Amino acid sequence: MAVQSSAPAAEAATAPADGHRQGKPQLSEGARAERRLAFLLCAPAVFIMVAVTAYPIGYAIWLSLQRYDLRFPADQAFAGLSNYVVVLTSGYWWSAFLVTLLITVISVAIEFVLGLALALVMHRTIVGRGLTRTVVLIPYGIVTVVAAFSWQFAWTPDTGYLAALLPDGSAPLTGQASAIALIILAEVWKTTPFMALLLLAGLALVPDDLLKAAQVDGAGPWQRLTQIILPMMKPAILVALLFRTLDAFRIFDNIYILTGGSNGTGSVSMLGYNNLFRAFNLGIGSAISVLIFIAVAIIAFIFIKLFGAAAPGSDPDGRR
Amino acid sequence: MRAPVHPEERRRGRRPLVVAACGLLAAAALAGCGSAPTGPPVLNYYTAADNAAGYAAGAAACTEAAGGRYTIVQQTLPKAADDQRLQLARRLVAGDTAVDLMLLDVTWTAEFAEAGWIAPFPEDEARQVQQGTLEAAYETGRYQDQLWAAPLNTNTQLLWYRTDLSPTPPATWDDMIRQSEALHQQGLPSYIETQAAQYEGISVWFNTLLTSAGGQLVSENGDVLVDDGDAAYQAASIMQRVATSPASDPSLSVAQENDGRLAMEAGTAAFQVNYPFVNASINTPPPDGGGGGTFIDEQGRPTAENTGRQVRDVFAWAPYPRVDADRPASVTIGGFNIGVSTTSRHPDLAFEAVQCLRNRENQLLNATEGGVPPTLSELYEDPAFQADYPAWEAIRDSLENASVRPKTPAYQSISIVLADLLNPPAQINPDTIVPQLAEQVERAVNSEGLVP
Repeated sequence: MAVQSSAPAAEAATAPADGHRQGKPQLSEGARAERRLAFLLCAPAVFIMVAVTAYPIGYAIWLSLQRYDLRFPADQAFAGLSNYVVVLTSGYWWSAFLVTLLITVISVAIEFVLGLALALVMHRTIVGRGLTRTVVLIPYGIVTVVAAFSWQFAWTPDTGYLAALLPDGSAPLTGQASAIALIILAEVWKTTPFMALLLLAGLALVPDDLLKAAQVDGAGPWQRLTQIILPMMKPAILVALLFRTLDAFRIFDNIYILTGGSNGTGSVSMLGYNNLFRAFNLGIGSAISVLIFIAVAIIAFIFIKLFGAAAPGSDPDGRR
Repeated sequence: MRAPVHPEERRRGRRPLVVAACGLLAAAALAGCGSAPTGPPVLNYYTAADNAAGYAAGAAACTEAAGGRYTIVQQTLPKAADDQRLQLARRLVAGDTAVDLMLLDVTWTAEFAEAGWIAPFPEDEARQVQQGTLEAAYETGRYQDQLWAAPLNTNTQLLWYRTDLSPTPPATWDDMIRQSEALHQQGLPSYIETQAAQYEGISVWFNTLLTSAGGQLVSENGDVLVDDGDAAYQAASIMQRVATSPASDPSLSVAQENDGRLAMEAGTAAFQVNYPFVNASINTPPPDGGGGGTFIDEQGRPTAENTGRQVRDVFAWAPYPRVDADRPASVTIGGFNIGVSTTSRHPDLAFEAVQCLRNRENQLLNATEGGVPPTLSELYEDPAFQADYPAWEAIRDSLENASVRPKTPAYQSISIVLADLLNPPAQINPDTIVPQLAEQVERAVNSEGLVP
């Protein structure tokens, strides 16, 4: 929702741009003028950011405190936190929350393992490097909804080539466990390349000399991976996991197409959509959106504070 | 504030840019307004995507008939009902003056009326709409003693069955379940096809059973009546028995209208409750229809051999099965009505146009080309309609006993919670579900709580 990627891996590689000053000496006239110019140059961007992100977020928070249903415009009134109470005491919210959490944890874990393997392959490829990287990226380049439709056809009995491989009469998208497994599969297939790309940037940080030295000292491939490569890649790994976790937590399109949220497969984003756009209940729908926003913020906080992932745009060692 | 370094140069450098940007913005704003079109007022008529060509033809005919007083332009909405509703709601909430006429699903009347999105018909216009219109169809356009939308077409379900497997079609659900289980024991096709997936269809199935048993979901004032008497218990237990019977279709819990049609055409179903499109489909060879070309053997099992006997030869219809043997079933009515938006600049012309859009010729065109039953009762006597609808008599009788879905602005929420509670039907516990239904429907009516 709020956190969007901005050159995610780049900050790990760049050194701090300008040295930090000691104290605050009186600025010269020229420096002050330049600073003013800098603010002026930033102003349009700040204005646009406020208009497109801060305003909608503020509006959503305001809506979430109202009783506001488009079907009953006369009943609009301030409702305090009652919408949040309704959502947090509802079984629908908690089952959607658990499904979302399950999909997030499993898909990100699988993506990480596969993504790392792909990154190692791409890093080591000598011939056809460009071709390998292009091929690996294809799933990520396909529009999610289009890919989801083709998965849906593939898993539908009678029309699907994948459903035809299953025993007769099985409709895997109609059971909770099997449908969630297929949603995870679609997610993994789709976003592993993204993970691989972020990890590949991290792999570039590992000096070849170090690996060669370790090899001379008798470290096997597994030891080199766990003792040298992974620790050196840690900043990149944490950024990759952070981005994918935030993305996966907001999963919507794959579920919307594959199951429509039936049979207990709905995510929190689906729940928000249904309450906003099918029930037209802006108050409760906005409360759900704000709760998703808070959950996303907590995930980001955990990654940055507890695991020490570098926040995008800050120094790799978190000085700023 | 001190002057910046080299203020002159910087200003000079920036000015052309600012001027260019302002110019661009102004041009964009102007282009948005455009010049007002000359000629008669334009009425935009938003219709569903299915049969859009038919609605466009109707709009063109009425433009001609208006003799230059107004022009009706048909605009196509998405295919899915939810998407149509969402797009209309977005435009109306935003006060879009380019929406004049809308095709509204019969379930939206109360919602759009209560939200102030559609205007009630003036007395005389309403009287004119009522003239010759089927009672139940007219009722779908009414809310709080006013007419809000004029019926264009309607729809109802019948029982479609196989004459070879069931020489006397079942009159009640009990009878149908018994026949189906007997067929299953003989190893013959036995499925009863209904709409039981988690969507509007299962809510319609429940509402039909409930009203056929003499019950009601919600009154027009918003009182929850679903737990009055034992009608809801009867309805829920029929659904549960159909789904748990050894003779039932294993994929019933995901079946929609089309799945029932396909099972029937493939020869695996003995019975289905469905809309009249299944009759057109089984009698139309592929690719336009499904075709009923599946061969069946002496006993009625589907076979790959050419036996000379096909499913379509033994396909027939009967009234919708009853819940109570003494009372005809009251089937939930469907269809589209035409509403006039409150944002329209020309409401008077729009009401006038409604009368034309739903006149005899346009309804007949929609029935023969679009395959939807008309709402004018005299058309059921029309040979052209009867030729397309061999089951016209059963359809008309079914419409005469039809039930209307609850007239409450919260209908969509009610339908969503019903579908969630009733699906999968095999897991319904008739003893415990009625209080749950009452509680969830109550919350939905008051727009409290979440929809799943």
